[in-house]
Amino acid sequence: MVKYIIKRLLLSLFILLGVSLIIYILIRMMPLSYFETQFLPQLNSGVMTQEEFNRILALYGLDDNSFFGILKGYWGWLTAFVQGDFGTSFQYGEKVEVIIRDNMGISFGISFVSLLLEIVIAIPLGIKCACNQYGKIDYTATVLCMVGMAFPTFFLGNLMIKWFAVDLGWFETGGLVSAALPKDAGALTRFFDMLWHLVLPIFVMVVLSIGGLMRYTRTNTLEVLNADYIRTARAKGLSERKVIYKHVFRNTMIPLVTQLSFTLPTLFGGAMITETVFGIPGIGQIAYNALKVGDIPLAMSYNMFIAMLTVVGILLADIMYAVVDPRVKLVG
Amino acid sequence: MKDRKNLSENGLPTEQTAETENVLATEQTAETENVLATEQTAETIDDLHGENLTERVKVLSPGMTVLKRFFRSKLSVIGLVTLIFLFLFSFAGPLFSPWRADGGTTKDYAAENIKSSYDHVSIAYTVDGEEYTALAVSVSTPSYNILGDINGDHWMGTDASGYDVFTRLMYGGRVSLTIGFVVVILETVLGVLLGGLAGYFGKWVDQLIMRIVDVLSCIPSLPIMLILSALFDSWGLGDSIAKLYYMMVVLTFMGWTGVARLVRGQILSLREQEFMLAAKCAGLSTSRKIFKHLLPNIIPQLIVSMTLGLGSIILTEATLGYLGIGAPLDTATWGNMINLASNETYRQYYANLWLGSGICITLAILAFNFVGDGLRDAFDPKMKR
Repeated sequence: MVKYIIKRLLLSLFILLGVSLIIYILIRMMPLSYFETQFLPQLNSGVMTQEEFNRILALYGLDDNSFFGILKGYWGWLTAFVQGDFGTSFQYGEKVEVIIRDNMGISFGISFVSLLLEIVIAIPLGIKCACNQYGKIDYTATVLCMVGMAFPTFFLGNLMIKWFAVDLGWFETGGLVSAALPKDAGALTRFFDMLWHLVLPIFVMVVLSIGGLMRYTRTNTLEVLNADYIRTARAKGLSERKVIYKHVFRNTMIPLVTQLSFTLPTLFGGAMITETVFGIPGIGQIAYNALKVGDIPLAMSYNMFIAMLTVVGILLADIMYAVVDPRVKLVG
Repeated sequence: MKDRKNLSENGLPTEQTAETENVLATEQTAETENVLATEQTAETIDDLHGENLTERVKVLSPGMTVLKRFFRSKLSVIGLVTLIFLFLFSFAGPLFSPWRADGGTTKDYAAENIKSSYDHVSIAYTVDGEEYTALAVSVSTPSYNILGDINGDHWMGTDASGYDVFTRLMYGGRVSLTIGFVVVILETVLGVLLGGLAGYFGKWVDQLIMRIVDVLSCIPSLPIMLILSALFDSWGLGDSIAKLYYMMVVLTFMGWTGVARLVRGQILSLREQEFMLAAKCAGLSTSRKIFKHLLPNIIPQLIVSMTLGLGSIILTEATLGYLGIGAPLDTATWGNMINLASNETYRQYYANLWLGSGICITLAILAFNFVGDGLRDAFDPKMKR
């Protein structure tokens, strides 16, 4: 087990190295780097000379855009990154880790609540559907789930904003604080105001992702239901309730636990499009803007953050598999 | 347990997830008779009774069985009909429309359809301590119908450039529905080639290819698309539809990994089966073994993954359009049309501009998923009921 994990961790390092190299080269190839956009007016009006501009670029190591220049820049980035220096954001002038930490909270909150709701709804529903295979409930739930899965995030999001936020006026959207909120509002009022803004985004996220989990649960439950030990359980005269909750459910959880490990990137990495649609200042929207303006340190760190979460999620899935199912031995 | 080991070696257990998730039973009544069994029974009974039973018992080829099972499922038929409708709508529809998305009659100059827009500026001033507000109202009347209402001439109104939205929706479908084929075919070719190599030859070839797969599948795709868009714009591709195609082609370089995993996993298990041993004993060449004996066995899975892939590419195109990084904004694609929903005014007051494209995108994805699921169940010999 330990040998296996060490081997996998070494492999993950290799993967991250490859990912970072590809992303760094791509980001450096982006045409209008942040400084070029920022100082173009000054350059054109002659307030700043080309030499001064080049000096600024050189200061950030962006002056040499040849292949070897980019490689050199990558090496510089990598050595700093390994030593725990993630760089300073061009846009905000703050340390990248501070920005990520400050904005991750809200993204994590939304994703966490959505994930909880998803689990609470999808798993019982999936089991229910599997037990009534081809029944009315099964059909309705399957079709509804597939419709939910087919909706593009931004379409459903904008539809919800139009109907529920503007037409009906039930919810607030756009940011996290209502314009009408009095300045001296207490902490509790502020909190509920924020919750009010988060209802629609969470709803959208749940609708979009519930289908996958529900269908996964259903498939696995069906597989378990056909297993010999379920027949044995029934044959020895257990009540259907006991068969389902004690024998089926526990075995269904094995693949589900692994499946949930894969949600790690979405849990911490924020939902770029949902956050952009609803104007939530989470890590996803910050990263989106960073990529748009070419804020290299922030964009790089965000992408690496996501890649790391993906790698860790996969590793976690494999380990969890061995943890929940004692039959599985991890061979290194 | 063996599968498990493979999983741990290649590091990414998505194969397993993809496969297990797949067995959804959208099919209501699966074909119960087994083709082989039917044949055999027919022959034995023939011998016993001395009469020709094969004339009375219909023997279906495997392909026919799959088709029959596919059409028995209500959902897959609904999906297929929806797809046919969407394709007809996009490709034959414009022939019946008086409007065009580019060239020809794009704008409506009929006076009764033109709507004036009003704008006002309020100026506050004070005279003798009393406050007054003056409203300066400006009326602008365009020479053609823009942002027009829904009427008999324009079933979904007109947009800000004077295009007929309903017609634009048809033209948009041409791009959005077909672009998936480019991507999916490229992805499948790359994936089969590399996944096949990895699975068949194993050893260092497998190691090399699967490590590349690991790296590529860890790259977040949305950020990469944002970067690529800026890159292509700087190369002067920004104002032609070619940009969308180039972006999609680049995406295939990241998207083939799924197919490669699928193919590799299948080949690893097929390689050990008796028919491959027989092929080896018969002294067949490597290429013949791969192309005649291994690949035909994974075609069902490939067809299913391609169908589902087509749906997801529509979503990708729509996402690119929504973020404004796909085809140039005046090109008619469903993604570009739904882009208008991000504008608050359009979202609230001109829902006719984007609602149609959103529904079309959702319908298309849903239909491809229904058909893909139906095909998977139809191909799966274990799915009996």
